[in-house]
Amino acid sequence: MSIVAALGHGPGNGPAPAPVRRARGGAYLLLAPGLAYLGLFFVVPVVALLATSLYVPVPGGDVGQFQPAFEWANYTRALATYWPQMVRSFAYALIATLAALVIAYPMAYVIAVRARGRVFLQGMLLVLVIAPFFTSFILRTVAWKQILADESFVVAAMRAVSLLPPDGRLTATSFAVVAGLTYNFLPFMTLPIYASLERLDPRLVEAGADLYANGPTTFWRVTLPLSMPGVVSGTLLTFIPASGDYVNSVLLGNNTTTMIGQVVDSRFFKVSDYPTAAALSVVLMVAILLLVTAYVRRSGTEELL
Amino acid sequence: MSAPTARVGVGPVGPGPASGPRVPTTRRQGRPWRLGDAVVPLFAALAFLYLLVPIAYTVAFSFNDAGRSNLVWRGFTLANWANPCGAPQVCEALGNSLKVGVIATVVSTALGTLIALALVRYRFRGRALANLLVFLPMSTPEVVLGAALLAQFLSLRVNPGFGTVVAAHVMFCISFVVVTVKARVASLDPRLEEAAADLYSSPWQAFWRVTFPLLVPGILAAALLAFSLSFDDFIITNFNSGSFTTFPKFVYVSATRGIPPQANVIGSAMFALALLLVVSVQLVSVARRRRR
Repeated sequence: MSIVAALGHGPGNGPAPAPVRRARGGAYLLLAPGLAYLGLFFVVPVVALLATSLYVPVPGGDVGQFQPAFEWANYTRALATYWPQMVRSFAYALIATLAALVIAYPMAYVIAVRARGRVFLQGMLLVLVIAPFFTSFILRTVAWKQILADESFVVAAMRAVSLLPPDGRLTATSFAVVAGLTYNFLPFMTLPIYASLERLDPRLVEAGADLYANGPTTFWRVTLPLSMPGVVSGTLLTFIPASGDYVNSVLLGNNTTTMIGQVVDSRFFKVSDYPTAAALSVVLMVAILLLVTAYVRRSGTEELL
Repeated sequence: MSAPTARVGVGPVGPGPASGPRVPTTRRQGRPWRLGDAVVPLFAALAFLYLLVPIAYTVAFSFNDAGRSNLVWRGFTLANWANPCGAPQVCEALGNSLKVGVIATVVSTALGTLIALALVRYRFRGRALANLLVFLPMSTPEVVLGAALLAQFLSLRVNPGFGTVVAAHVMFCISFVVVTVKARVASLDPRLEEAAADLYSSPWQAFWRVTFPLLVPGILAAALLAFSLSFDDFIITNFNSGSFTTFPKFVYVSATRGIPPQANVIGSAMFALALLLVVSVQLVSVARRRRR
């Protein structure tokens, strides 16, 4: 089961279990083309990435010429140089994920619980949540860059009320990068939480009240635990892409906010240092897989994986 | 059908209230007014504002009489909308994105639908492995997918361009198609197919006459999702495109020296089209529910 299947009408949610067929040939026939494709364009490239991460430069060769080897030192060298960017990526992604959770939960709650039964209102609010998907995310990030620019009225207003010092700025700060990440992945957080709150039986909340729990207690003891599958999916759908993103840090940050994706990109394209770029990618992928597995285990929603 | 709910695999049924038990209200009669009643919606309203500000900005600046760089408001004009291809390369990039998007959508929807059918309908050896293979691309950051594909293309000495971009887009779309269609297949009532069998239809006929028509909404949702993922992709494209330019890449590259207002026009037009599509689907489904 995937993260995402679990939040929708996953198996078990349908009217009755689908018939299970024993004939296996059919299954393999249906799977073959798609899985072959994933093998060719996902598994093989990941193996190529692993191989590239161990290459050494061709002796006396030009820049960008490498030969197969088992140079494990590529990893220690890459990490020794770029650990700050790696740590920063995870830190930014974590903060952005928490911020998105705090912002998205009330939105999802209002749509799923407060607007329950009002079909039209609910539909329109959902359309607002997904509206950002309809504009290019690069265009939206550029829009933030311009909204937060030094000469913009947002900055002028914040300086006027002393929220910012007179020479303070919003662009080219880590605040802008994290705000951009939070913004870009907000719908990915909102929709799964909405989906699990939507399925919440209001009678359970009423039962909490009947047992003399006050509003906050009912929320912490009933509503929140029941919406945990949505929270888990939402945090994963935000954290994973955010940790590898570099569009926000390029457009909204400066050279002290560099994230690991940016390093991989520039190692590949600016200096043709393929082994370092590949090693950093491998480290990022492995770190995320470990984090995701640990997180899903801990949160007790193992059916997600 | 809403592409967007489907985007995270919430299910192909669209934004209407889905499977939740429908008890009309949570506010009980006579309960005293609480602070939370106002605070939560207020907070949500602010969040919606946050979500929509950059979109409003993008649309507004498509009407800017911009000159060379579209950074400062210089006055209202319709000239950009009258001539959306006015800036060099904008429409070429848009055309490339549409081409890639259509091919990637068709191929990934076909491959993904077959996988989804196999995963829900059959129990077979290697099923867990197949699930894992579908799940992994979704839980890998784009920069890693892009770097891996580029490493492969470099070692095969394939020149990056249109072909490599399409190959990459099909790859990352497949998993999302599988998840979306799988949800739909799992929600089908197996008794319908049994009924077809009772009426002497062959399994093949039962599939095409009964199952497939019921799957169409899910498949369409998956296709819409695949298209929007492909159309908006930047990072993977940037790694595997060489000198080939898509619309997001065009915007990113021109961001340093100022984005032409025509890019805002195209972004706003796509926004309007998608909004129109989703809102009309929404209205139709509300009207249908009322009629029942």
